Parts: sequence; structure tokens; C-alpha cells
Amino acid sequence: MNELSFSDILTIGIAMLKAVVILLATIVGAGLLTWLERRVLGIWQNRYGPNRVGPFGILQFGADMLKLFFKEDWTPPFADVLTFWLAPVIGMSALLIAIAIVPITPNWMIASLDIDILLFLAMGGLSVYAILFAGWSSNSKYALLGGLRSAAQTVSYEVFMGISLMGIVMLAGSFNMYTIVEAQKNGWYIIPQFFGFIVFLFGGIAVAHRSPFDLPEAEQELAAGFHTEYAGMKWAMFFVGEYVGVTLVSGLMTALFFGGWHEPALVGVDLWPEFIPVYPFIWFALKTFIFILLFILVRAALPRPRYDQIMDAGWKFLLPLSLINMLVTAAIILQQSSTGGV
Amino acid sequence: MTTILWRILAGTGSQFRSMWLIFLHTFHLRSTVQYPEETVYVPPRYRGRIVLTRDPDGQERCVACNLCAVSCPVGCISLQKTEDADGRWYPEFFRINFSRCIFCGMCEEACPTMAIQLTPDFEMADYNRQSLVYEKEHLLIAGVGKYPDYNFYRLSGVSITGKSKGTALNETLPVDVRGLLP
Repeated sequence: MNELSFSDILTIGIAMLKAVVILLATIVGAGLLTWLERRVLGIWQNRYGPNRVGPFGILQFGADMLKLFFKEDWTPPFADVLTFWLAPVIGMSALLIAIAIVPITPNWMIASLDIDILLFLAMGGLSVYAILFAGWSSNSKYALLGGLRSAAQTVSYEVFMGISLMGIVMLAGSFNMYTIVEAQKNGWYIIPQFFGFIVFLFGGIAVAHRSPFDLPEAEQELAAGFHTEYAGMKWAMFFVGEYVGVTLVSGLMTALFFGGWHEPALVGVDLWPEFIPVYPFIWFALKTFIFILLFILVRAALPRPRYDQIMDAGWKFLLPLSLINMLVTAAIILQQSSTGGV
Repeated sequence: MTTILWRILAGTGSQFRSMWLIFLHTFHLRSTVQYPEETVYVPPRYRGRIVLTRDPDGQERCVACNLCAVSCPVGCISLQKTEDADGRWYPEFFRINFSRCIFCGMCEEACPTMAIQLTPDFEMADYNRQSLVYEKEHLLIAGVGKYPDYNFYRLSGVSITGKSKGTALNETLPVDVRGLLP
């Protein structure tokens, strides 16, 4: 048994510190996203959005947070207490754990596992339990209907979302996010995996339970859907979980399809001049931000389909599309490797 | 097959088109009025804060007939009639509970002497509910409001000190019931 040297402890400490910084940044970012979303939605609806508290209204999220902290933490007497309390914890923590695999810069990522993508799929699958538990334990019809829809939606999107990523895994030859991002140094995967990206976009929106796939919530029909009976900090945890999901899926789309921290080099042509240094974090943050805006734009623009329509699109269109994409990618890789003189 | 493909393409295209159209709203004009800094245009007939007006002589127009209180759908007006030495009727107190008032304007329509009027002032929010109960001294204004020339006691047949029966504007003297002439 080796003894821990001082430098080992320092390395471990720095790694833990980085993890904590990323975690806190994600949660604060989720808080800021609540403000950003309302501002941007306002802009797209010809109004201003919250612009009173602080410069550009940026302190609105602090005001909201204070309000939520001081709200009564109410558990309805008819609820199933244990699952009722468990649901928001799962909802927030499952997606926060999945944040660990997002490669932000070459030196800043919490975990670089050999099963990165599988971990994301697993955590995405686990986060659905939050909605199912919340819908069931609330013991109210709106919440139950929300949970029911979530279950129906889950079985349709999880399959094709997993398959849509297999093309990338085949191209990079690894489930590891760092390897995948490094493999895109000379060309982003959006070009060879365009259909994979389309399918993953649908699946990602559904994982984050964002409009137009926010059927479990569906304010117009189901009051607030699965979290109708929640208030105060438990509700806030669902809310933070939703925005963490948005950040997570945006970060993953950046890393998987748009070259992560690499500068734009779409078709192998070096667009970036040599003498300007590359700032990995700026590229990653910029791309992720654009995807977050895309999420908000989708919410501002598109109506919500019925859940049989979502299942229809999932099983009859997106699943065949992802399967064809996977098979064609595999065939091309096979053909190239055989002509490559193996 | 081609119809299915066409439907998929057209459907996808229309989604992207609506996203693009919504995105273009970034460059549109905001329709919000930033209220405390920018003032809102309020039309002259806007039904806001209720006032009691005076006639051109500077006397109270209200004759305490209670029609406003009766017509009020939420019952927020209460008043008590009294009479002064000249024979003019006027309210001893006149009270409007603005925390109940719905600004429907029924009182203004019911008022036979144009005394009670609604004005285009809506900035009367208060932290204290009790201070939304307006008494007569809060309601009564110095001016004539919307009808500058109207003077009830100079037009009606009611006799007060300095104006006996038959001397009002456009009024003939009372018929002498004992006279034999037609």
C-alpha cells in the first residue's frame, strides 16, 4: 500500500475543488437561467421581461430565491411523505451528477470515465423517477396525469436518444467524452452525424422536460402538472433541476456534435488565425450559450403536441431515423477500414 | 411514400419557419409602457377616482338624494342627508370605500345633479386598507368637473333663500289655482 504523498493530496484537493466550483457554477447558472429565460422570452414576445431588480434585472433571481427560501415548506396531508420528499432530491441530483461528465476544457472536467455517455443516459433515465414519484405521491389528479404523461413520454424518447449517440461512439471509438471531443479537432461531428444530432436534439429537449415536450408540466391543462402540490424549496429543486438539465443537454450537444472546446473548424478548414491563442472555455461557453438560447427559442415559438403525437413521432419517425443513421455510419466505417488495408 | 416524405419535410420546415419568425421579434419594437417612468395615456372619460363637484357658485352640487348609494352594485357609498338654513339639501357625511369600489360609473349615471363624477386618476394605491375609505373632505373638489355651467338650484323649482318658486331659469311662475283665467 502506497502512502499518500503531499503532492497526491494536493492533486486530489485541487480536483475536488474543481468539482465543487463546477457544481456551484452550474447551480448559480441555473438560477441565472431563470432570469435569462424570462428576459429572452420577453424579448421574443415584444416586451421587456423582469428588468427592475438590479442592472438589467439580473438580481431578480436573488429576489426569487429569497422568496422561495422564506416560503412555507408545505407537505399536503394526503401525500405519501417519503416519496413526496424524495422526488425533488432525485430530480435535482440525478442531472447534477450527469454534469460531472461534461468536458468543459481539457483540464476542467469532474470525471473522465470510460462510460461517460452511458452515465448520462442512466442519469437521464433516473431523473424521470423524480417526476413519476412526484406525480404519484402527490395524490392529486393533475399531478398523477403529469406523471402518467411523463411515463409515456419516457418510454418513447429514451430508446432513440441512446441509439442516436451510437454513431458518435462508433466514429470516436470510445464512450469517453474527452476522446470524443479530441476526435473532433479537425471536423465537428455535426457533419457526419447530422441526423444523429437531429434525433439527439429531440431527445435532449425531452430529457430536460422543456417545451414543447413539457407534457408532464403542461401549465395550460394540468395546473402545474407533476409539481402542482409542491411549494417553497422543494419546488425550487425541481426548477433548478430543469435548468440544470438545459445546461447539461446544451453542454453535451456542444461536446458531442460541435467540437466542445475546439475553435470553429467545421470542415477541416482552419478558420482560426494561428497567432490568436485559443481559449477553450470561451468556445465551450459560447456554444453552450447558443444552445441554451435555442432551447428558449423553441419554447417561445413552438406549440405543445399531444402525447400520442409525441409517441407517434418518437416510434415511427425518430427511432427509424436513428437506427438508419447508426447502420449507415457503421457501414461507412466498415467500408473505410476494409479499404484502408486492414 | 412521397406524401409521407413531403409531410415530414413540410412539417419540419414550418417549425423552423415559425422559430425564425419568432426570432425576428428580437428586432421589433417593445409594446411595454415602462409605467412609473413613462406615463400612460388615460382618455378623458376614463373611470378613475370619484370626486364630488361644486356648482358655478361654489356651492356643493350634491343634494344627498341617495341615488348613487342605491345604484352602487357593491354598496361602497354611504351618506346622510341634512339641510342648511337656506333650504339647500346637502350630505352631512359622504363616504366612499375605495377598497370595494369597482369604478363602474353607475353612481355618475344615477346622479341627478351631476355632483358625483369619475376622473381619469387611477394612482390611489395604499398600504393601509383603512385609508382607502374617503370622507367628504377628500372627495369634494373646488371645481365644476365635466359640466362647467350646470347649476341645479338655478334650474329646478326648489325654493331656497334668494330664489323663490318660479324664478329659476326657463321657469314660469306657478299657476294660481284660485284664479279663473285659463
